[in-house]
Amino acid sequence: MKKGAEILVESLIKEGVEYIFGLPGAVLCDVYDVLYDSPLKFIITRHEQAAAHAADGYARGSGKAGVCMVTSGPGATNIVTGLATAYMDSIPLVIITGQVPTSMIGDDAFQEADIAGITRTISKYNYLVKDVNDLARTIKEAFYIATTGRPGPVLIDLPKDVLSGKAKYEYPEEVHIRGYNPNVQGHLKQIEKIAERISESEKPVIYIGGGVILSGADQEVEKLAEAINAPVASTLMGLGGFPGDHELFLGMLGMHGTYWSNMAVNHADLIIAVGARFDDRVTGRIDKFAPNATVIHIDIDPATISKNVQVDLPVVGDAKEVLRELNVKVKEKIKKKPERASWFSEIKSWKEKHPLSYTRDKKSVKPQWVIEKICEMAGENAIITTDVGQHQMWVAQYYKFKKPRTLLTSGGLGTMGYGLPAAIGVKLAKPDCPVINITGDGSFQMNMQEIATAVAYKIPLIVVILNNNTYGMVRQYQSLFYNKRYYATDLDANPDFVALAQSFGAAGLRVENEKDFDPIFKQALAEKRPVIIDIKTDKDEKVFPMVPSGGSVKDIMVN
Amino acid sequence: MKHVISVLVENKFGVLARVAGLFSARGFNIASLSVGETTDTTVSRMTIITSGDDQIIEQVIKQLRRIIDVIKVSDLTDESYVEREMVMIKVNADNKVRAELMQIVDIFRSKIIDVSPKGFIIEATGDSNKIDALLDLLKPFGIKEIARTGCAAMSRGSQKNHK
Repeated sequence: MKKGAEILVESLIKEGVEYIFGLPGAVLCDVYDVLYDSPLKFIITRHEQAAAHAADGYARGSGKAGVCMVTSGPGATNIVTGLATAYMDSIPLVIITGQVPTSMIGDDAFQEADIAGITRTISKYNYLVKDVNDLARTIKEAFYIATTGRPGPVLIDLPKDVLSGKAKYEYPEEVHIRGYNPNVQGHLKQIEKIAERISESEKPVIYIGGGVILSGADQEVEKLAEAINAPVASTLMGLGGFPGDHELFLGMLGMHGTYWSNMAVNHADLIIAVGARFDDRVTGRIDKFAPNATVIHIDIDPATISKNVQVDLPVVGDAKEVLRELNVKVKEKIKKKPERASWFSEIKSWKEKHPLSYTRDKKSVKPQWVIEKICEMAGENAIITTDVGQHQMWVAQYYKFKKPRTLLTSGGLGTMGYGLPAAIGVKLAKPDCPVINITGDGSFQMNMQEIATAVAYKIPLIVVILNNNTYGMVRQYQSLFYNKRYYATDLDANPDFVALAQSFGAAGLRVENEKDFDPIFKQALAEKRPVIIDIKTDKDEKVFPMVPSGGSVKDIMVN
Repeated sequence: MKHVISVLVENKFGVLARVAGLFSARGFNIASLSVGETTDTTVSRMTIITSGDDQIIEQVIKQLRRIIDVIKVSDLTDESYVEREMVMIKVNADNKVRAELMQIVDIFRSKIIDVSPKGFIIEATGDSNKIDALLDLLKPFGIKEIARTGCAAMSRGSQKNHK
């Protein structure tokens, strides 16, 4: 017989967990008592939201499930944003929340919240374990559900008496869930049809999303693109799923995507969407999206098919498995690599007409320039985390991601405050890679307390604040669509971020003009502790191109 | 268009909330929902009546299938199926109208399950149209209260879909 807390910890070890991100709480004391003697490392963050983001960063960096453990009530409700962030981006997490004893559930006991009820719509699945005999099986199932099919966060709510109660411990070898059987292999006939359609296509575009990275299908995408000689556009979540410096790469598509990738999609006769969900930030006005194209959609989640855009040829399956089959079929169908000379010259003309550009001036350091410099200096192993806003879009546009899992960003939910805790998580997963959080002054202040976590665990990471003293993206909207009537967007009482960093025991550095950047960034890369670099930028700098919300490619604003 | 969706689910707490939450979170309307155990006590069947165009119904079904506790989903609308609903109606019934009411109850093959000096409680089963028709006929007498169960539905013949 073992105590619930022992069952929990031993099961986590069996699942290959290294780190648990979380905050303490009295209902979890049974667990800490077991963790005290275990090889697991508990990383205490300063806020539960950050614990969830750190576990998420660990998951995105490692490809394994991230684990987060927080107490009942406020501890549990504080993870809601982290959970929703992971849910929207299909990130595997196992979140463990403490709960008041089963006898008190529903009594409005101290620090009680119905967290299973609260998180039902923002988790892939959740459990309230009411019997210690169910605990081992529940943990096994939770990891299985989180990491298979379309991954996602799973929450396990554990009442205090379940953690202190005793049961026979047997960790199940296998999982049987009647209603859950993800379809990994794609339908062969359907894949053959796709190969046929590709061979007939004159203007194809491959459109990749986060699913390519989650399934590890990047090599297969590259092989397919080269075999059929098709350009590749990526969503924000797909960046890194195809080499950013590849001649077939069009860059990001959608609202802040490149002019030429949007035009290519608009003129394509075939769209091959892989692990992407036709998000509204990509499609804009649905009825004007890729109007001439046959749409192929490869995705593990049948519910994403034809959810937004009507799909002509769907294949439900794991992107890597489906593309592997597709590459075989394509090889049979396409003997000679198509040249597509006129298609590429069309794309080239769009690229020349409206290249990505910004104007450097003496007045301030341009954020786009900073991102290009970081890309140049950090090396291809560097991992970038971002927050949400203008800086995020500039990163997507100007940073050349060459490998999967090198960009960690909140795509679906758009969570400001994600970047720093995610950087902590990913640095633990990938200690040998430089980790840089590119953020804005608004986003940074949403979780800046986590500098303390990074300092406490001696986690060297770099935070680059593109500091324009405003909530820049909203200000940009106000500038373009609301006659510059700026409201609720100024951040005039920002702290001195350099002094703030130093007060936490981190290094605080400041870049005031372009020539400062090189030496300071070099110094930051060499530091063995967290570094915060404050870079003053112009609040009127805007993200272009931009397809206004609900618009089509025809409405694209290039400057 | 009206759709009758039959859903086999794990018989666990929280499952009803998950299914109902799927509808409410997406703004889909549920016209009726009934749940009950099957011969396998670990499995319950829900019958959901909803309406929407083909695309919405396709989404509803895909999203239902996505719920981990959902074992099987079938749209009975295009198949041959039977549906039944039970209703209890408390209706005014003084001496003057009792005979007439009893005739109506007879025609509808329903039953009077409670009699008091001022009224009846009538129990009726049938598809929703029949129940609606009965209610229309009873309305002039003065309906005090009704309790409808919502539809239960099953495909005809020997299909194995439904335990």
